[in-house]
Amino acid sequence: MKILVAVKRVIDYNVKVRVKADQSDVDLSNVKMALNPFCEIAVEEAVRLKEKGVAEEVVVVSIGPKACQEQIRTALALGADRGIHVESDVAPDSLAVAKILNKIVAEEAPQLVILGKQSIDSDNNQTGQMLAALADMPQGTFASEVVVDGDKVQVTREVDGGLQTVELTLPAIVTTDLRLNEPRYASLPNIMKAKRKPLGVKTPDELGVSIDSKVSVLKVEAPAERSAGVKVADIAELVEKLKNEAKVL
Amino acid sequence: MSILVVAEHDNKALNPATLKTLTAAQAMGDDIHVLVAGEGCADVAAEAAKAAGVAKVIHADNAAYGHHLAENLSALVLSIAKNYSHIVAPATTTGKNFMPRVAVLLDVAQISDIIAVESADTFRRPIYAGNAIATVQCAEAIKVITVRATAFDAVSAEGGSAEIETLDDVFASDKVSFVGEQVAASERPDLSAARVVISGGRGMQNGENFVLLEKVADKLGAAIGASRAAVDAGFVPNDMQVGQTGKIVAPELYIAVGISGAIQHLAGMKDSKVIVAINKDEEAPIFQVADYGLVADLFDALPELESALS
Ligand SMILES: Cc1cc2nc3c(=O)[nH]c(=O)nc-3n(C[C@H](O)[C@H](O)[C@H](O)COP(=O)(O)OP(=O)(O)OC[C@H]3O[C@@H](n4cnc5c(N)ncnc54)[C@H](O)[C@@H]3O)c2cc1C
Repeated sequence: MKILVAVKRVIDYNVKVRVKADQSDVDLSNVKMALNPFCEIAVEEAVRLKEKGVAEEVVVVSIGPKACQEQIRTALALGADRGIHVESDVAPDSLAVAKILNKIVAEEAPQLVILGKQSIDSDNNQTGQMLAALADMPQGTFASEVVVDGDKVQVTREVDGGLQTVELTLPAIVTTDLRLNEPRYASLPNIMKAKRKPLGVKTPDELGVSIDSKVSVLKVEAPAERSAGVKVADIAELVEKLKNEAKVL
Repeated sequence: MSILVVAEHDNKALNPATLKTLTAAQAMGDDIHVLVAGEGCADVAAEAAKAAGVAKVIHADNAAYGHHLAENLSALVLSIAKNYSHIVAPATTTGKNFMPRVAVLLDVAQISDIIAVESADTFRRPIYAGNAIATVQCAEAIKVITVRATAFDAVSAEGGSAEIETLDDVFASDKVSFVGEQVAASERPDLSAARVVISGGRGMQNGENFVLLEKVADKLGAAIGASRAAVDAGFVPNDMQVGQTGKIVAPELYIAVGISGAIQHLAGMKDSKVIVAINKDEEAPIFQVADYGLVADLFDALPELESALS
């Protein structure tokens, strides 16, 4: 079967983002960018399914400016076979992303689509679910285990109460949680090989999807900062302060 | 127009996040309906009808909704969506699972995880692990919104007397079935709603050592949380993870033990009222947000804390 993996270029997770002085957005100039960690887990899962013989081909798609071809190449270096870049200088909202992905799904007809559960920039946690509904596929979100068996896939999901397992009829959508796998590091030969793997470019226009959004960002502010408090010498002082100063005991 | 709040519950009782979501909904408008969809959940519908400010409860009871499968729940919500200006649910794993389906099938964008309601169409939400707060305006005809429950106070669970209407329509996808679940049974308060939370990180070294936290938690009536590192290492189950991509908590008192204070962890707890950090590394970033920091070995500090509380 064919697996489609959607990946996003985001700020590196180690970077603490700053808000622009004019409060129009966060400042991403000269900031290290990377593959969204959940997307990396999605690529890894697809590649493992290929290595197990469950999948024949892993296609990655990314939507964004030209620079996100870097992240497609990273995914190719991790073992994906082919890339699709949907070029857009404006960042589309999750609704538009889901519509674009739905067009790619219609073209590629994958049996399984794997996405990250959320991107660590907008923290929306929407795209996979939206795509599932649009493509009329069942969904296994926040996956910590994925077992493909014939025309079904069993997905164990991390939920607030613990774990839930659902069985989906393929084709289906999976979104990844942190415990699904530990992504490998790309080896140098694989990074070199990835440069020669096919990468096609499309635009939202060509796919017939409008990326206009009905949601406008009025401002972006820094959160209220917590300031560091005091160091206490020992447990006795801590308990005394919690009782008499903070009054939480 | 009216506002629909989709209740979070386990078929037995209303999850406290629902009462907090009702507070957010009240800031959007005043004719508030609550959908209670589940299996054998008549008690929950009755409970929702008593919540302050609820005008109507819609009770949909069927095996198809028993496990809140997103495919079925979203189809049900969609079937009544056109009556509402806002569809609102708590940003729990259930809400996160089905709400985007409702939004996309209505062809509208969703606003996730709001922490404040500025007006009926303008909301505040954290982005970048809470390192920035965006104010967004939504011009969609129907606003589909998930709510970060910890950012709102609960409405009173008593005082309302809403009518309960039954909805018999059944939406059951044949492409998905529930196989099983592993639900952590605990005597302790719910992590997301507890007054005191004590969390352990990689510094705990193993799962057995969490007993040291449990003993303190017993004294404080606290819930126990963990960092991602502690969950990844298998010390404790996933439902205990606090952070950007785990649970969001905002207790009166949060005690971080053997946790360094990565931004992803802070994103889940920095709105706690009082933060205590116990860490042997005085440079640990957790101390930058802690009201009270104790530089100490946790294996000495925890037993001392337990006896100091006795
Ligand atoms: C996409 C993504 C999502 C993430 N989501 C989350 C999330 O939701 N929640 C989360 O927590 N993390 C999350 N993380 C992980 C995060 O970046 C950190 O790796 C993690 O929080 C570290 O956990 P820790 O503080 O327990 O471990 P460490 O950073 O290893 O810190 C351990 C601390 O224990 C202290 N210590 C060790 N021994 C002792 C002792 N005997 N006594 C006292 N102190 C001691 C050390 O000084 C150290 O400060 C995420 C990461 C990514 C990439």
